[in-house]
Amino acid sequence: MQTRRDVFQAIADPTRREIINLIAYQSLNLNAIAENFDVSRPAISQHIKVLTECGLIIVKKQGRERYCEARLQQLNEVSVWIERYRRLWDEQFEALDEVLEELKAKEKKKNKRK
Amino acid sequence: MSKNKTTIVAEPGKQEAFIIREFEAPRELVYKAFTDPKLLPRWLGPCDMKTKIDVLEPGDGGRWRFIHTSKDGHEFGFHGVCHEATAPERLIRTFEFEGLPERGHVVLETAIFEALPGDRTKVTIQSVFRSVQDRDGMIMSGMEKGVVESHEKLDELFEKELQLK
Repeated sequence: MQTRRDVFQAIADPTRREIINLIAYQSLNLNAIAENFDVSRPAISQHIKVLTECGLIIVKKQGRERYCEARLQQLNEVSVWIERYRRLWDEQFEALDEVLEELKAKEKKKNKRK
Repeated sequence: MSKNKTTIVAEPGKQEAFIIREFEAPRELVYKAFTDPKLLPRWLGPCDMKTKIDVLEPGDGGRWRFIHTSKDGHEFGFHGVCHEATAPERLIRTFEFEGLPERGHVVLETAIFEALPGDRTKVTIQSVFRSVQDRDGMIMSGMEKGVVESHEKLDELFEKELQLK
């Protein structure tokens, strides 16, 4: 069975996010990417494999070098990542709404007593 | 569900993000809810976590530290210093997540409380990060949480991340 790969899986890992950021504006070969991390080269290769399978990067052969190029159009799905973040805040602000309603009710009582 | 929608503005390639929301309360009360140590834990933090105020020194120069605790007992600490607390219109503070692999990824946060007609308030929180990576990482951390909620398969991966933290 083939494992399903999607953008979320690709960017759920901090190392993979960093790889995307690294190559967002310039294509880099594997060694150049690996130099930026403390983890082993095979580990970086594995991350790049996942990113490739998710369609976020493509690997281009240039002579003997293999260059990784970002395909960030895929990250259109990423408006979804902002949406998640938005929901996280929405959730908190809904709780804040309740706190504010309570405060307002208290103030009203106080003013009535005056 | 509230009729007031939360807006996030995070333009690609920028080091800043905005969180914008209106509230059905006068700004004195909204400011109070943002600064009162008794009120903050009641709304701050993801709903599946408990929020504890470890330190919250009032006023300019005051230190603050909050801890979010997940159901399985993992703690996420955040701290910083209050640069300016001008009631009821402006709060400026630094913000750092303690769970990152290294220190120094500080965020400068400015919350503006704007009085609107009808005893309403508009809150705009601007977060300025040290790099685009820092900002995207922060926004994606919100996403990671959502992913775990919807894709149980990723539980394992998340577990690993928590251990790293």
